[in-house]
Amino acid sequence: MSATVDTHDHDVHHHKETFVTKYIFSQDHKMIAKQYLITGVIVMGIIGILMSLLIRMQIAWPEEQNAVFKALLGKWAPEGVMDADIYLALVTIHGTIMVFFVLTAGLSGTFSNLLIPLQIGARDMASGFLNMVSYWLFFVSCVIMVLSFFVETGPAAAGWTIYPPLSALPMAQPGSGAGMTMWLVSMAIFIASSLLGSLNYIVTVLNLRTKGMSMTRMPLTIWAFFVTAIIGVISFPVLLSAALLLIMDRSFGTSFFLSDIFIQGEVLHYQGGSPVLFEHLFWFLGHPEVYIVLLPALGITSEVIATNSRKPIFGYRAMIMSIIAIAFLSTIVWGHHMFISGMNPFLGSVFTFTTLLIAIPSAVKAFNYITTLWKGNLQMNPAMLFSIGLVSTFITGGLTGIILGDSALDINVHDTYFVVAHFHLVMGISALYGVFAGVYHWFPKMFGRMMNKNLGYIHFWITAVGAYGVFFPMHFIGMAGLPRRYYTNSNFPLFDDTTDTQVVITVFALIAGSVQLVFLYNFISSIFYGKKAEKNPWRSTTLEWTTPVEHMHGNWPGEIPHVYRWPYDYSKPGHDEDFVPQTVPLKEGEEELQH
Amino acid sequence: MTALLTILLVTFVAVAIWQLIKIFDLAQVGESNSAVATDKDNKINGYLMLAFLAFIYIITIVCIWYLGDLPLLSNSASEHGPDIDNLMIISLVIIFIVQTFTQFLLHYFAYKYKGEKGKKALFYADNNTLEAIWTGIPVVVLAGLIIYGLFTWNDIMNVDKEEDPLVVELYAQQFNWKARYAGSDNVLGKANVRLIDLDKANILGVDEDDPNAQDDVVVTELHLPKGRPVLFKMRSQDVLHSAYMPHFRAQMNCVPGMVTQFAFTPTVTTAEMRQNPDMQDKVKNINNIRVEKSKALMAEDEEGLDPYEFDYLLLCNKICGKSHYNMQMKIVVETEEEFNAWMSEQKTFANSLN
Repeated sequence: MSATVDTHDHDVHHHKETFVTKYIFSQDHKMIAKQYLITGVIVMGIIGILMSLLIRMQIAWPEEQNAVFKALLGKWAPEGVMDADIYLALVTIHGTIMVFFVLTAGLSGTFSNLLIPLQIGARDMASGFLNMVSYWLFFVSCVIMVLSFFVETGPAAAGWTIYPPLSALPMAQPGSGAGMTMWLVSMAIFIASSLLGSLNYIVTVLNLRTKGMSMTRMPLTIWAFFVTAIIGVISFPVLLSAALLLIMDRSFGTSFFLSDIFIQGEVLHYQGGSPVLFEHLFWFLGHPEVYIVLLPALGITSEVIATNSRKPIFGYRAMIMSIIAIAFLSTIVWGHHMFISGMNPFLGSVFTFTTLLIAIPSAVKAFNYITTLWKGNLQMNPAMLFSIGLVSTFITGGLTGIILGDSALDINVHDTYFVVAHFHLVMGISALYGVFAGVYHWFPKMFGRMMNKNLGYIHFWITAVGAYGVFFPMHFIGMAGLPRRYYTNSNFPLFDDTTDTQVVITVFALIAGSVQLVFLYNFISSIFYGKKAEKNPWRSTTLEWTTPVEHMHGNWPGEIPHVYRWPYDYSKPGHDEDFVPQTVPLKEGEEELQH
Repeated sequence: MTALLTILLVTFVAVAIWQLIKIFDLAQVGESNSAVATDKDNKINGYLMLAFLAFIYIITIVCIWYLGDLPLLSNSASEHGPDIDNLMIISLVIIFIVQTFTQFLLHYFAYKYKGEKGKKALFYADNNTLEAIWTGIPVVVLAGLIIYGLFTWNDIMNVDKEEDPLVVELYAQQFNWKARYAGSDNVLGKANVRLIDLDKANILGVDEDDPNAQDDVVVTELHLPKGRPVLFKMRSQDVLHSAYMPHFRAQMNCVPGMVTQFAFTPTVTTAEMRQNPDMQDKVKNINNIRVEKSKALMAEDEEGLDPYEFDYLLLCNKICGKSHYNMQMKIVVETEEEFNAWMSEQKTFANSLN
C-alpha cells in the first residue's frame, strides 16, 4: 500500500531562485498556498463581505439617500439611492465571490496546497508546474470577475445561479449583457483552475505519501481535502458544460435552454430548449459545491479540535466513513433545489429521500466532535474557538436543512429568507470559521510567526455573536413568507412587521463585518512583527510540524521522515508527553490504534 | 464632492479603528508574552463559552417571543395547508429539541474541560456502541419525517381530475401577472407566445381559432371560489418566475417553453380571513407601524402611507429582473355566488379582441 517515496534530495540545494520564480511564478506549494490565501481569502473576501454590507444596508434602509452608496457605487446610486439593477448585481457577485472565489479556491487552494505535501510527507505537489498554472488561472478569473464591475451595463445580475433565460437575454436585464459574458468567461477559467488543482491534490495524496503513511494513517484534513478534490473533479466539468452551452445560446443562437420567448414586443427564434435542463446541470455541481466548501472546513476542524483538546479525534474511522458517505450522497441530491421547478413530482420524492439521508453522516460528525471535547484538556487558542464555533453553526444551520430538504415543506419556504439563513449558517459561516481556524492554526507554519491571540479572541467572540444575530432572526422573517432578493419590501404592506427585524440584522452585520478589520490588522502586522514561532507551537503530532520554521524547497532537509503511527496519539497512556508525533516509532509492546 | 468626503470619512474611521487595535496590541506586550493559550485564557474563554450558550438560548427565546407570530404556521387558507403546517411544526419541535441539547453539550463541554497545566486528557478514541446510537437515532427520526413528508408531498402534488377542478392559467411576464380562466367549458384554449398580437390585445398568445379559447377570460386580479379545487397551469413568456401564494402554502415556477401546474382548494374567503382574530391583530400591528412611518414621512413633507387591509397575494419568488420586488397580483377568495357574479361581468376572450 505504501507508495514509492522520493528520497533523493537533489531539489534541496539546487539553483538560485530569482524574485520572479520565488514570489510570482513560484512552483513551491507553500508559496502557492500563500498566494491563494492573499488573493482568494483576503482580497476577494474583503470585496465579498463589503458587498454583503451594502446589500444589508439597502434592505434595512431602502430608498433612502445613503452617502456610502454614493461613494462606493457612483453612477449606480444616483443621488445616493441604490439602483434596483445594481442591487441584484451585488447579490449575484457577492454569492459568486463568496462561494467560488473565497470558500472554494481560497479555502482549498490555501490549505490543500499547504498541508497535503506537508502532512503526507512529500517534497512538493505531484506537479509543481500545474499547481502554478492553477493559481494563475485563478488569478486571471478573479481579475475578470472584478473587472466586470466596470462595464457600461453593469456586472452579472441574474443571481449566482444564473438561471436562463434571465442570464441569457441582454434585453431581460442590463446585467445579462457584457457583464454576464465576463461572468461566464471568468467561471470557465476558474473551473479549469479548480480542475487542475483537484487533479494535483488527488495524484499527490495517492502517490507521494511517505513511508508508513498508509491511507488510514492520514490526518482527517487530508482525507477531507482528498475527497473534496474528487467531488470537484466529478462535478465541476458539468458546470463547465452548462456555462459553455449557455455561451452558445447567448452568442451563437442555439436553443439549449431557451424556448418560446416573447420579450420587449418581439418573439425570439429560440425553440425546444428548457431552462429546467440548465437547473439540473447547474445543481449537479451546485449541491456538491456545498460540500466542496464545507468538507475542507470540517477537515481543518477535526485537526484543530483534536490538537487543542489534547485527545484523539473520536471515531476516526467513522469520520472517514461519514466524509465518504457525505461525498457520495452529495452527488445524488441536487434536485432538492428544484422541488418546485416544474420537474416531475416523483423526482421530488426521490430527492427528498436522498437529501434527508445526508443528515445521518452529518449527525455522526457533529456528535464525534462533541465527544472529542468530552474529558479533554481544552487549549482555548483562537483556532480552537473558531472550530467550536464551526460545530455550533454547523448544527444550527444543518438542522433547518431537514425542513428545506423536505419537498412538502420546501413549497412554502423555498427562496425565502429562511433559505438565506440556512445556507449562510451551514456553509457560509461554518466554512468561513474553518478558514479562520486554519489561518490561526497554521499561520506559524506559513509565515514563521505567531498571530496575536488576544486580538484573535476579540475577533472570534464578536464575529460569533454577530453571526447568530444576523442569521437567527432571518429564519423567522423567512417563515413569514418574505422572499429573498427583493430590492425593497415597501411595496408589500404585508411585510411591514418585518422591517424592524431587518434593521436589527443589518446592525449585527455591520458590527460583525467591521470586526473583520481586527483580523486583517492581526494578519498583516503578525506577518512582519508577530512573535517568532517555535517549530511545533501547538504541540501537534502531524508531520508538518517536523519541518524547519524557515521555508525551504523540498520541505525537509535530508530524508523525509517515516511514519509509524496514526496522527491522533494525544494523551496516550504510557507516554510522558501528552502528544506522540507520527514520526516516533512504537515502543515495544505498544499497540497502534488500528482496528 | 460628498462622495469624496464620504470616502475620506470612511477611511478615517477605518484608520482610527486600526490605530485603536494597534494601541491595544502594543499595550499588552508586558502582560503575557505567550502566543499560545495559557490557563488564564482557557478559563476566561471557558466561561465565555457558557455565556455564549446563554446567548444562543436567549436569542432563541427573544426571537420566539417577538417574532413568533410571524411564521406562517397556522391560519392557512387552503385544504392542504394544515398538513404542511403540522409537518412544519413537528419538524420545528424536533429541531428545537436537538438544537437545545447539542448546543448545550458542545458549549458545556467546552467550559467543563477547559485546559489546565498538568491535567491529562482521557485517551478515548472510539466506541462502536456510541457510534451506533447516534447513527441509529437520526435514522429512526428521519425515517419518520421522510415518510410523513412524502405522503404529504404526494397528496399535494397529485391532482385528482375527477373532482372537476376549476382550471386557471397563471401567466407571468416581466413584471406582472395575468390570469386566464377556462370559461364555461373549463378547457383552456391553446396558446403560444408566437401567437401574441399586441395590436389585437391578444397579450397571452391565445389561439384565436381554437373553439375552446373563445370563452376564456383574461383578468389581472385572481378570483377564486371557496371550496372548489383549483388547478393552476403556469406559463411564462420571458424569464423564469415563481408563483408564490404563501397563505395557501402554494408555489410553483413558471417556465418559458413549458406548462407547469399546481392545485389547491381555497378554504377561507378573504372576508372570513379579515375577521380572523390572529389576522386582525397582525393587521392592527402593521397599521401601527405604518402610522409611525407616515409621521416620519410627513415630517419631511412627503405623502403618508395608506392603511393596510388584508388581502391574499400572489408574489413572484424567482429573481426575474429589475422590478422583481414589485411583481404581485391580488387574490380574492369568495363564495361560489360572488365568484359567479364576478365572472359574469368579465369579457370573454372572443369579445376582448380589438
